[in-house]
Amino acid sequence: MTSASLLVQILTGLAGASTLFLTGAGLSLIFGVTRVVNFAHGSLFMVGAYLGWTAGEWLRALLPGSAAGFWLATLLATLGVAALGALLETLILRRIYRAPELFQLLATFAVALVLRDGCLWLWGAEDLLGPRVPGLTGALSVLGVPFPRYDAALIVIGPAVLGLMHLLLTRTHFGVLIRAATQDREMVSALGVIESRLFTSVFAIGAGLAGLAGALQLPREPANLGLDLPAISDAFVVVVIGGLGSLPGAFLAALLISLVKAGCVALGTVELGGYSFAFPRLTLVAEFIVMAIVLVVRPYGLMGRPEGALRGPAASPIRPEPETPRSRALWGLAIAALALLPWIASASPYTTVALVDVFCFALFAMSLFFIMGPGGMHSFGHAAYFGLGAYGAAIVLKATGWSMMWGLLIGPLAGFVGALIFGWFSVRLSGVYLAMLTLAFGQIVWSIIYQWDAVTGGSNGLTGLWPAGWLSTRYPGVTPNAAYYLLTLACVGSAVLVLRRVLDAPFGLAVRAGRDSPLRAESIGINVHRIQWMAFCVAGTAAGLAGVLYAFSKGSIAPDLVHVGRSIDGLVMVLLGGVESLAGPLIGAAAFTLLQDSAGRSFDYWRAATGAAMLVVVLAFPQGLAGLARSIRGRAKA
Amino acid sequence: MTRTAGAPPIVEVRGLRAWYGPAQILFDIDLTLERGSVVALMGRNGAGKSTTFKAIMGLLGRVEGTIRFEGNDVRGRPAWHMARAGLGYVPEDRRIFTELTVMENLAVGRQPRRDDAPFWTPERVFELFPNLGRMRDRRGGEMSGGEQQMLTVARTLMGNPRAILLDEPSEGVAPVIVEQMASMILDLKREGLSVLLSEQDPGFAGAVSDRACILDRGQIRFDGTMQSLIASPDIGHAYLGL
Ligand SMILES: Nc1ncnc2c1ncn2[C@@H]1O[C@H](COP(=O)(O)OP(=O)(O)O)[C@@H](O)[C@H]1O
Ligand SMILES: [Mg+2]
Repeated sequence: MTSASLLVQILTGLAGASTLFLTGAGLSLIFGVTRVVNFAHGSLFMVGAYLGWTAGEWLRALLPGSAAGFWLATLLATLGVAALGALLETLILRRIYRAPELFQLLATFAVALVLRDGCLWLWGAEDLLGPRVPGLTGALSVLGVPFPRYDAALIVIGPAVLGLMHLLLTRTHFGVLIRAATQDREMVSALGVIESRLFTSVFAIGAGLAGLAGALQLPREPANLGLDLPAISDAFVVVVIGGLGSLPGAFLAALLISLVKAGCVALGTVELGGYSFAFPRLTLVAEFIVMAIVLVVRPYGLMGRPEGALRGPAASPIRPEPETPRSRALWGLAIAALALLPWIASASPYTTVALVDVFCFALFAMSLFFIMGPGGMHSFGHAAYFGLGAYGAAIVLKATGWSMMWGLLIGPLAGFVGALIFGWFSVRLSGVYLAMLTLAFGQIVWSIIYQWDAVTGGSNGLTGLWPAGWLSTRYPGVTPNAAYYLLTLACVGSAVLVLRRVLDAPFGLAVRAGRDSPLRAESIGINVHRIQWMAFCVAGTAAGLAGVLYAFSKGSIAPDLVHVGRSIDGLVMVLLGGVESLAGPLIGAAAFTLLQDSAGRSFDYWRAATGAAMLVVVLAFPQGLAGLARSIRGRAKA
Repeated sequence: MTRTAGAPPIVEVRGLRAWYGPAQILFDIDLTLERGSVVALMGRNGAGKSTTFKAIMGLLGRVEGTIRFEGNDVRGRPAWHMARAGLGYVPEDRRIFTELTVMENLAVGRQPRRDDAPFWTPERVFELFPNLGRMRDRRGGEMSGGEQQMLTVARTLMGNPRAILLDEPSEGVAPVIVEQMASMILDLKREGLSVLLSEQDPGFAGAVSDRACILDRGQIRFDGTMQSLIASPDIGHAYLGL
């Protein structure tokens, strides 16, 4: 690599840093003032790209060949997304500012689903190729190496926007209010500032920045329906590395990530002591590795402050309903009915197939609930343990040829080991920072699985994972997968029972104490970090078991098992069911899996439907489905 | 400022009950703040003084009973509405904006001029608190506790209030500052402001207040003039630990 091409790599990195910064800055601003982690931020970026495309097409006809058309389209897209942000804030977010932060996450995630299908409906599934910007086509020559002119323009735009934002925040009254509200929004309101107006404007500005980033990205990348997830995860990473609420921090973080990525590409494949390592492969996870390192060294990001940590309303107390003879009888009856199902439903074989999925995800959701509800730790990378269980068992069994029953030990063990390592780091953080560190670990596991072709099969995954012998025999008079179904039921049933017992035991009480009041828990001799770490391990083990059961029911596994989308599915299941009761995750997992299963096959817009349903649940029943059931029962009793 | 005979009290609270989550903190509180007067709300730590202020200010989730400001029922109104109606709030833990300069802190509190209340500009505020005038560009986080305490009061005055809720202004500040606070309260009273003050120090309360209310475990145990409180030492003994 010559120094000229290294320079070009760095410049390309800087160009990428600009859009990264814009997206992150918007998210940071919104979080700072409203304390809402806006999961729909990546969708706003995507909408910005689409709006930029439409406005661009339209203006190109009006002003052919003029660069003004592109910049005007970018401006229109920015304003359009800002307006969309204001609308979302007034219609939805305003109602949930006082709700627990998990509900805000769920609501904004639902918005993301709706926006994604909105784009599908308006713009179709085809990628829309962006325009070439008149006057910025072609390349400059940097020491003889070509460098796209448009990228050069981007390098200027990022710092320019940072400068403008800085002026807005320091030189205007509105900016002073934003900075004040970032520290203490209640006090700002008590001084007579109309909170709702301030929040709407801040949301609009943040959304507008995301829209701007999306529209600016258009000449480099076509508008498509896959833009939202990477954009949101990038934005999270930038904001967390930089420190929540800090714009200079976000800028620094964007630079750091982009330069590390450029560095990885520049290094190429390096031979070291006989091993060769392809650094460019690291670009997929570079940002997560950087984030993990930064969070371990500086738990509040590069320029964040401890008081910037989440100071949300105290988590609602989770008091597991005591076991009564009636509830025990109900559980017993439900399990008995499920156990008889292969005989009852022998005419419709799909039932037990679908239910195996439901069971696996119920255990997955339950294990996530275990650290999220009673533990108060929001894991955004829980799929890692599910995937480690599935891949760990699959790899060992394929290599050794052992029976699948060993997998039931190896899977949980793999999940346990993963949680042992990641949990140790994660429990040192809290709130959004903890969530992001778990996300980083999840992405790291994903990228290893995705890229380690020799062992994990890479993007193709592993196939031929069938349970042997009696488990796959077809017996007369029952559904075809009856044996496997019953095995899953038995494993999941006992695991859930164990988790429940653990929560009622002193250990469970200590976990809850650590959530509700870490200081007091410490003062009565509870080692909060150790307890939380152990909770992580328990959850990882259970998720690992769910992973093996799932893998061998499908016969094949692929990296999407570990993808961040799967972690989010888990969060949605838990939140949908409600974090306040133990039945919640089970009900949520069943509802979500069945809904996705049936809607996904018959209806193009199932995401929007799911999102809308989630919004209704969040806005109308902030206790989740299980809470809804409880309040109906309560009313019936009254 | 003229005082109209028969006008309703500026703040009137009847049967106020308030909760933090499931825990009830206030039980049927009655309180009256007459125009132009200073009332001290006294009571031990945890008696419910700050909760009473937050309830009046619209900062609590669940509140029952009647809260009137200048005769209008304002219960359930958001805090910004109370501030804009002319009720200033100085919280106990100061809560100044540490990243903002003195001038910027004052700017957050700024509200338009009101005909029936004194009008405050930074310059006028600095006459009241000369120290602050010498550190206009200092960040809130770099100020001493006493200076921060002055800044919270000053910031609230910038909203041109007609009445202020002043939560423990003498807590944790040096004696010099306590004296300054006391004379400041009397200055404000002279300007026609009404002040509801929460205070544990009977000396301070006695020096500035017309009346005293004693709160104990969320209930009012005494409501009378400062003189009558001084005349009944057993009350002070029972509820204030004197
Ligand atoms: N944020 C809160 N959540 C729950 N309880 C609270 C909270 N703040 C105060 N309390 C309780 O309310 C009671 C009254 O507190 P407070 O009004 O602050 O008393 P005071 O101001 O008279 O010292 C105390 O028992 C206190 O423990
Ligand atoms: Mg108090």
